[in-house]
Order: sequence, then C-alpha cells, then structure tokens
Amino acid sequence: MRVKVLIFGQLTDITLESEIYLNEVSDRDELVNKLVQLYPALADSKYAIAVDRKVTTQNTRLTDECTVALLPPFSGG
Amino acid sequence: MVYKQGNPRYQRQTTLKEFGEIGQKKLSISKVLVIGAGGLGCPALQYLAGAGIGFLGLVDHDIVSLSNLHRQILYSTDDVGLSKALRAADILRALNPEIDIIAYNEQLNPTNAINIIRQFDIVLDGTDNFASRYLINDACVLTNKPLIYGAISRFEGQIAVFNCDDGDGIPGANYRDLFPNPPEESEILNCAEAGVIGVLPGIIGTMMANEAIKLITGIGTTLSNRLLTYNSLTNQVYEMEIEAGKETRSLIPENIPAFQTTNYELMCWVQTANQIDITLFEQMILDPSVLLIDVREMNETPIVEEFNHLRLPLSGLKAALEQLSAENVVLFCQSGKRSLIAARMVSEYYGNSKKVYSLKDGIVAWKNLRRV
Repeated sequence: MRVKVLIFGQLTDITLESEIYLNEVSDRDELVNKLVQLYPALADSKYAIAVDRKVTTQNTRLTDECTVALLPPFSGG
Repeated sequence: MVYKQGNPRYQRQTTLKEFGEIGQKKLSISKVLVIGAGGLGCPALQYLAGAGIGFLGLVDHDIVSLSNLHRQILYSTDDVGLSKALRAADILRALNPEIDIIAYNEQLNPTNAINIIRQFDIVLDGTDNFASRYLINDACVLTNKPLIYGAISRFEGQIAVFNCDDGDGIPGANYRDLFPNPPEESEILNCAEAGVIGVLPGIIGTMMANEAIKLITGIGTTLSNRLLTYNSLTNQVYEMEIEAGKETRSLIPENIPAFQTTNYELMCWVQTANQIDITLFEQMILDPSVLLIDVREMNETPIVEEFNHLRLPLSGLKAALEQLSAENVVLFCQSGKRSLIAARMVSEYYGNSKKVYSLKDGIVAWKNLRRV
C-alpha cells in the first residue's frame, strides 16, 4: 500500500519536497498524523486535503496508489 | 450600455460560432464587479472591459506604488501616488468608452459590501488578504452572487468559481467549503513579504476574466465546484472537486444584519495576537521598559490613574505610530477588541523590531480584579 502526497504552496517550506510517498496508511487521518510526525511544523499549518482530487473534510479511506493533495490557502492578489 | 448588432469592436469574438452575437448581447447586459484593482484585478478588468461587459464595477482604496507596476499592468509610472480605482476607471473608459464603469475608491467592509455587491451579477475577488476574502465570500453567499476567486502565492495560483447555481437551484460550493475558517494572517505570506513574478497574477487574473465570460455567455465549462491550481515554475495544473458541505452555512453570518456587525479583520488576526491576561498585565505595568498605551477615545471611562501610560485613541493611532520608541508595547482599551486592532497596526508598522501585546478583555476586567 503506497500513497502519493502532493504538497502545494508554502507547505513545501516545511516538507522541502512537493511530492512524498508514504507506505501503510489506511485513512486520511492516519496519513495526517504520520505527516505531522515526519514534519512537526505541519501541525501548525492550515490546509485543505484532497483525496484523489476530491476535497474532503472528513476522514476517508485511502486506497493503494491514491493521491492526496495538501493545499494551503493563498491570499496574494 | 446599448447593444448594437455587428459592432466591429467585438467582431473577433462574435465570429466564434459558440459565442456569436448572442454571446455579445449577454455580455452587454451583464454586470460584473472586480474587487481589488491590483495584480489579479488589472488583467481581469482589462479583458472584461475589452470584451464589452455592459456594467463594470471596481473597488480599491489603495494608491499606485512603484513596486506595483511590474504586475499591475493598467498603471504607468506617472500614476504612482494616484488612486488605483480612479486611475483604472479612466484607463478602462479610454479602452472601451461604450461600456459603463463605476469606481469605488474605498475599502470594502461589512457596512458597504452588501449594497455594492447587490448591484452586480458576478463578483471577482482579486484582493490580497484573508479578511477581505472571507468578507467577500460571505457577502456573496448572503446576496446569492457567483464569486470568481483567484489567489496567488509566490509561483503558484489558485482559481475557482464559488456559490454558483449550475441550473439546479442549489448554490455551489463556496470558499468556506475549501477553507472553513481564516488562517492566521501572519502564517501566510503576502506578496510584499514573499515576492511574486508579475506574469503569475497576469495568468490567474486573465483566467478569472475567462471564467466570468464563460459564466455569462454559457459557453464551455466553468470551475464551479472545482479548484484549479497552477504552478508557474513547472507549468503543472492540478484540479480538484469541492463539494458544498451542509455545515458550511453555519460558519457564515446568519443574515445581512449579522454580517454587517462581523469584524473580519479581527477574525483573521485574533489567533496570532499576543494577547496577555490580567496577571501578566500586572507584571508589565511595573516594568519601566514597557510602553503602555490606552487606545480608547479621550472621553472614555473608567480613567486609568494607577500607572503611567500614553493616551493614543485608535482613531489617531496611525499618525502617531512613528513616535513609539519603546521596544515593548502593551495596548489596552475597554474590552480588548480595539487594542487588538491597534496591536495589529503597530506590529505591521514595526514588524519584528517591537514586541506588541494587547490586554485581553480590556481595562474593565483589570479594574474589576483590582476591586476584588
């Protein structure tokens, strides 16, 4: 089981990469916890989460080879 | 504006069979409001005016600065120091004298927002701060207007169409379905701090105008219920679906009167402010290196005689900012709300060179404690 995580915007200042692969994460909340363990500063950041291109506000089961996107709000104009 | 068939000004777009004279007629009777005449607003306004939007409104309270010119393409070097709204309106009138343009040289706020937005069919958000973005989103939900949203950060842009009824009578997803609550403003960099390449807002602002034209004419597919992100360094585009959530409506003021009393600036900042409680305030009163400032108006009571402090009413604070010499500043007011706004002003002016605090719950809470 492998999940691709796409990181957008200023969140890449924390992860230093725009693409991360995580193994053995069964749902969205577990993935977030694992990411916060790897990158503690993510805990203080606000972002929307999309699973397979669908923004989700609730915990969602992840499937093998699915893609999760972390999208921070932008305010610039 | 008066629609006239076969107008050569629009010949290149009416030639498109999907668009035609019908599309042009639809544009000519449409009313579009662009909020923010900056990096996103300039290209959006320019294309919308050129395309023949019948009634075009723009809102901006800012003036043109030299550092705007690399991306805010409506303005010239001679415009530095002039009102963006008034200059933009003049330039757009010269571009297309056949349409009606109205400029609001003022800041959009909960008091004026509804009356301005109500006059239009579609709103474009090209502002540069979260307070405005949440305010505009909520106002569009309350007045039932589609909102074309664009935002940028460094090399990336986001664009979406919110609150749009796609023919089923149900408003689509709005900004709060994506980001339910405002982030801490300081957590997010703005263009001044983070920098931006001029073409990025050019691309995103142009895409916003394109969404408006599609929405009005009914051609193509809009970004309703979808968010598109664009990375200018890699040319990668990533789209995602947004669903209108049932709980989202509860985050938005219930009605227009409630909206008009919502303090969006405070909402976007409250979490980041260094708010101190009465106990810490007691200690800071005794510290001679701390500058204490009462930001209430001169006639407000209770009068504070227990400790040395400066009286600088919030209404005149902006003009007095440069004279604050102390490194640690504690602001207080009656209930802690105005001092928060004041703390924000001082922080913005001095950045990290000063430590700025606001007394939580205000001087009334402190007086009550002293009485016990």
